[in-house]
Amino acid sequence: MYVALNPKRVKIGGGEEAGDRSAVYDAVMIRADFPILARRIGGKRLVYLDNAATSQKPRQVLDALGEYYEEHNANIHRGVHRLAEEATAAYEGARQKVARFLGASDATGLVFTRGTTESINLVAHAWGRKSLGEGDEIVLTEAEHHSNLVPWQLAAQATGAKLRFIPIREDGTLDMEEAGRLIGPRTKLVAAIHASNVLGTINPVEKLTLMAHEAGALMLVDGAQSAPHMPVDVAELGCDFFACSGHKMLGPTGVGVLWGRPEILEEMEPFLGGGEMIREVHLEHSTWNELPHKFEAGTMNIAQAVGLGAAVDYLDELGMENVREHERRLGAYAYRRLLEIEGITLYGPAEDRTGLVSFTLPDVHPHDISQLLDEEGVAVRSGHHCCQPLMRRLGVAATSRASFYLYNTEDEVDALVEALVRAREFFGAFA
Amino acid sequence: MGTIRELYTQVIMDHCQRPRNKGELGNADLKEHLLNPLCGDEVTVYAVFDGGKVADARFEGRGCSISQASASMMTERLAGKSREEAKKEIDDFKAMMVGEREFPETEDLAALQGVIRYPSRIKCAVLAWTAFGNGLDGGDGS
Repeated sequence: MYVALNPKRVKIGGGEEAGDRSAVYDAVMIRADFPILARRIGGKRLVYLDNAATSQKPRQVLDALGEYYEEHNANIHRGVHRLAEEATAAYEGARQKVARFLGASDATGLVFTRGTTESINLVAHAWGRKSLGEGDEIVLTEAEHHSNLVPWQLAAQATGAKLRFIPIREDGTLDMEEAGRLIGPRTKLVAAIHASNVLGTINPVEKLTLMAHEAGALMLVDGAQSAPHMPVDVAELGCDFFACSGHKMLGPTGVGVLWGRPEILEEMEPFLGGGEMIREVHLEHSTWNELPHKFEAGTMNIAQAVGLGAAVDYLDELGMENVREHERRLGAYAYRRLLEIEGITLYGPAEDRTGLVSFTLPDVHPHDISQLLDEEGVAVRSGHHCCQPLMRRLGVAATSRASFYLYNTEDEVDALVEALVRAREFFGAFA
Repeated sequence: MGTIRELYTQVIMDHCQRPRNKGELGNADLKEHLLNPLCGDEVTVYAVFDGGKVADARFEGRGCSISQASASMMTERLAGKSREEAKKEIDDFKAMMVGEREFPETEDLAALQGVIRYPSRIKCAVLAWTAFGNGLDGGDGS
């Protein structure tokens, strides 16, 4: 049904023919799959380094969306006609693919949502409102994205539960000793970001899971920045919930994932009520559909889920180990090159990073950096990255962030560094 | 056109790097804090009124060059204005920033004209002005 990636592009351990010096695969060839990467911005080639915000989409995903709408579009699950059968098969097929991609033993616990934010809100409502109460504690980290903080603030307000925070150390890693003190008999849930969208830290969520389970608590992993960039296996992680967003992993906007342990999802109340999530409806009461449909009320983003299936095919073809290795090298290269800029501050640990780097330059506000880089076709993000408490912890209002993905190259890192040097010169000229 | 040099003019950079009237004002009649949720920048504006007119206007905070320069220009423009005049200045400036009003050709403010081309930066330019406007609406003044 979908155009497969040419497997010849994946050259594990190779690199002689590669346009990229340290390639695990030929990133230059990969780029040909992404139409938008050929765009020019004010005459300059686009250097897209805002992948932590959203990734670009390969032709294979765009084609899957087009094919779905042109040939199979119908509402799913209830129609007894050819198109409804095809649309249902495509949607459920995507569920199977994504479940396999995340290491789930089957797709029963794989719920499609609008994205990570909705996935976490689902848990905060459907599990949190029923299971939390006065005296209970939810343990988060200081480095959470607002999407894994605000839903818990709301749940705490509604139930009387308290929030506790695992501090981060100076190098941006979690203070696991303090985590050991914080996670205890009152803890009902530990929820942590797997890979930080600001620091590039990869948090030891397996260890946190063990600590949570030892205390009789559940573990939620915010995988928005891990699932797109490294192999994820929910069975190995051992967590109870895992959330991620399709649009950050080559998929369309509007679709994301909550994976939950089926036995826990089974006990939870529904999140949204409406069509499809029911089994039997009476005027005064209803019973719920089986998993995962119990959590998929109303018409879902069907085409987008199918598109996410195609995205997962693409990632599988490339191999997540390869993607991780490509980005690890690129992130390390960027970290090293950026350090050459005088006076620059880089945030997060020096080692074991994901493929993103947050930085500030003295005397140039991050917002102005973004503007000057944009002038050169280089797209980075500047701001608080939806992590205001973390920004306060770091003692800055904002940082700039360059975030890489599987199609970025060392040439683009060089373009970033050169543009930054020119930005500093530009501002220096006024001083 | 729309090159970066039209945005970061000498006038803007001068106000940004040598801001006028920057600093806290004790015993202010007007004090208003505002956050730009887009980027986490924040500004606090202060004013002392004398005889119904702005005797001293100041700002404090951190932000990008556009927000700092605009705040600096604002404190200069509002000095000596009555509450009504200040309100009109603020409304006029906001109208300029959305292209509904011409910029004064010969004044520093004209340097902010280039910001219109960058919609995401308009919020930076109006931050201090909005704060002052909120202060005028909420505070009891002189």
